[in-house]
Amino acid sequence: MAKMKGATLVDIERCKGCRLCVVACPLGVLALTTKNVNQKGYNYAEAVLEDTCTGCSSCAIVCPDGCITVYRKKED
Amino acid sequence: MTKEEIMKPENLVYRKPELLNDTPMHYCPGCSHGVVHKLVAEVIAEMGMTEKTIAVSPVGCAVFAYNYIDVDWQEAAHGRAPAVASAIKRLWPDHLVFTYQGDGDLACIGTGETIHALNRGENITIIFINNAIYGMTGGQMAPTTLLGMKTVTCPYGRVPELHGYPLKITEIAATLQGTCYVTRQSVQSVGAILKAKKAIRKAFEYSLQGKGSNLVEIVSTCNTNWRMTPEKANQWMEENMFPFYPLGDLKDTGK
Repeated sequence: MAKMKGATLVDIERCKGCRLCVVACPLGVLALTTKNVNQKGYNYAEAVLEDTCTGCSSCAIVCPDGCITVYRKKED
Repeated sequence: MTKEEIMKPENLVYRKPELLNDTPMHYCPGCSHGVVHKLVAEVIAEMGMTEKTIAVSPVGCAVFAYNYIDVDWQEAAHGRAPAVASAIKRLWPDHLVFTYQGDGDLACIGTGETIHALNRGENITIIFINNAIYGMTGGQMAPTTLLGMKTVTCPYGRVPELHGYPLKITEIAATLQGTCYVTRQSVQSVGAILKAKKAIRKAFEYSLQGKGSNLVEIVSTCNTNWRMTPEKANQWMEENMFPFYPLGDLKDTGK
């Protein structure tokens, strides 16, 4: 079976750092930043294990602010 | 494969619904309202009803819902959304009319309007966000607050001798003859969110088909006033809210 590769794009300024996406991701791809904050002062979500992402969209579905866009492609 | 190769329009699998605009939502981080807004926006777009939807916003945290979802909105006085929606639906019978209300608006000040609109069988849908507390005003006890639950107006926990019992408005609605579809859902996990979306779609379709009034209760969190992190609030909801507010369809006569 071909493996799926995914990529997430987080709208940093819209993110409120609620951490629900971090909890929802089954593969631990996302994490909140520890040093950087957005203009509102929130630690935002970012992909820390980009290669692991399969594009399942769990993070984006649970995001209350609709900050996450997900792409998915079959690995050749 | 690089990130740039994956991030192409043809590979897009999920993005913010188009009906949800770019205005930053005023809700607290992790609030269930945002998820339900997304679901409503997705369902309206999927049904192709963008130009033929009129929504009624409540008083409460969701009062600014009209800023976020790009359909026609009418703001109602506190608790009066079902009455306003009834009038709108009668004047525009071919439109999708729904109200979006919290538990303070629907189950307290608007109990009369809610029960009578549902009982008259108005072809509207009521989306009821139940987080068992008054969110906007700072966490006071609501009629839906659980027994033993602490709020700022019952700091030692709700006791029935003093505060009465929690109100299950959805169970009441299921006994009314005018209702067609009455269900209780939640939005704490991916599976629950997909189920809630199906329920909202079903309710909207029934109200368009003129089968009667529909009530979709969403058991939600209010992490700020529950004094918890969003993650902990979801767990607390599963452990404490679900035993008292069990999920599932209570009535479905539209099949």
